[in-house]
Amino acid sequence: MLFSEKTRTLDSILNADPVDSLFSDLLPTANNNLARHNFEVAPVKEATSFVKKWNNSCHENLKIKFNHGTTTLGFIYQGGVIVAVDSRATAGSYIASQTVKKVIEINPYLLGTMAGGAADCSFWERQLALQCRLHELRNKDRISVAAASKVLANMVYSYKGMGLSMGTMLAGWDKRGPGLYYVDNDGTRLKGKLFSVGSGSTYAYGVLDAEYDNELHDEAARELGRRAIYHAAHRDAMSGGFVSVYHVKEDGWEFVSRTDVAELHSIYKTDQFLPVS
Amino acid sequence: FSPDGHLLQVEYAQEAVRKGSTAVGVRGANAVVLGVEKKSVAKLQEERTVRKICLLDDHVVMAFAGLTADARILINRAQIECQSHKLTVEDPVTLEYITRYIAGLKQKYTQSNGRRPFGISCLIGGFDYDGKPHLYQTEPSGIYYEWKANATGRSAKTVREFLEKYYTTEEVATEAGTVKLAIRALLEVVQSGQKNLEIAVMRHGEPLVMLDSDTIEKCVTEIEKEKEEEAEKKKQKK
Repeated sequence: MLFSEKTRTLDSILNADPVDSLFSDLLPTANNNLARHNFEVAPVKEATSFVKKWNNSCHENLKIKFNHGTTTLGFIYQGGVIVAVDSRATAGSYIASQTVKKVIEINPYLLGTMAGGAADCSFWERQLALQCRLHELRNKDRISVAAASKVLANMVYSYKGMGLSMGTMLAGWDKRGPGLYYVDNDGTRLKGKLFSVGSGSTYAYGVLDAEYDNELHDEAARELGRRAIYHAAHRDAMSGGFVSVYHVKEDGWEFVSRTDVAELHSIYKTDQFLPVS
Repeated sequence: FSPDGHLLQVEYAQEAVRKGSTAVGVRGANAVVLGVEKKSVAKLQEERTVRKICLLDDHVVMAFAGLTADARILINRAQIECQSHKLTVEDPVTLEYITRYIAGLKQKYTQSNGRRPFGISCLIGGFDYDGKPHLYQTEPSGIYYEWKANATGRSAKTVREFLEKYYTTEEVATEAGTVKLAIRALLEVVQSGQKNLEIAVMRHGEPLVMLDSDTIEKCVTEIEKEKEEEAEKKKQKK
């Protein structure tokens, strides 16, 4: 059974018309999954339980283990949305890379973060970028952050239980103002003002919750994001490398800074603050 | 295709539309008014079952001319699409989106085997989320245009000419003016007078209002009075 048959729109289910299935791809509707993913499924009866055997961590004979080793965070404040991430990729106890780009630039006013499986995150967020662009072309208007996060959540929900690993935040600015949504591979979609995702998220939450204030000015907000990732990178073995900070404003996102965690360590240790550039 | 490049089935569908009872739509500054000519109801028939003006969503209303059965199917699909859009995009449909959807659906049926085109022409009116009023018309061929005021169905040409003559932005700046213009336009072609008019008024952020017969009667008497006054003036000039 192909995956493409699983994703059917509400309209097509309620009005099953044999002719429509021929052309349903062409009719531009909100639910149109134009990118029919013809992924190969394992040729067994129950694909989901088969996959679970191989990567469900409760199982004894675990063959493939996915690490969600990372720290990413995002928060909304009066000046927009701050997104900060680390850059370490681990495979077990081996550090695969210290220079991973965990912020995915979907389009000039939408950012996505990566936590969990790197391939899953970057693939699905690129698919999201495709859908967002199509939406823009069809409706002559930018897609809202709410709609974009819904598109992503619906896309991964069709693969629920099949072993996707993705915990991402969508940050952007649309007609309703700054928007921040958390979407993960179960299909969870949460709207919020402050999120942190990954193995180091608990450390980041500690710093964020202590100092978060909606009325922070821009430089203070960026520094807060930076500091929270630094503290998580310092204590969590699976986070580290560089801290990248992005700022989403009304006219789009802006890359702020990329600082080595070691450099931040020597600065904070001597009780200094990062010089305001 | 026919040898001279026409889609005959689509043109026959447009003929079917021309046989349907007139529907008129006027876009005002504060209100969008749709009016239809109600077919006279037989004595034993319940009046309610003949509905030619339907809600597609809280803020989108549609009137049509042509085969009522075809319209029912389209309305069903459009209503589902409105809700589906709200679910996935978390925003109510824009008029342009739902018109594009309906037009796309109509076009699909002009290009599939074993199907015939829908024999209706729809007037879709309402307010977008941002408060701008719109009025669109779709044809059996699947094309759609935006209009300030238009009519479709029997004697549509006469009504459109009337609207072209009397539509001014001052006239439709008020809701009352918009309603009056719509009724005047319909009265031009409706044979049996005010009893057979159905008028719907859509305001921004408010549910659809179907004008009751008293309000219509009042408006009609006002219009007739104005007509008489004008006729008097003309006589005096002579």
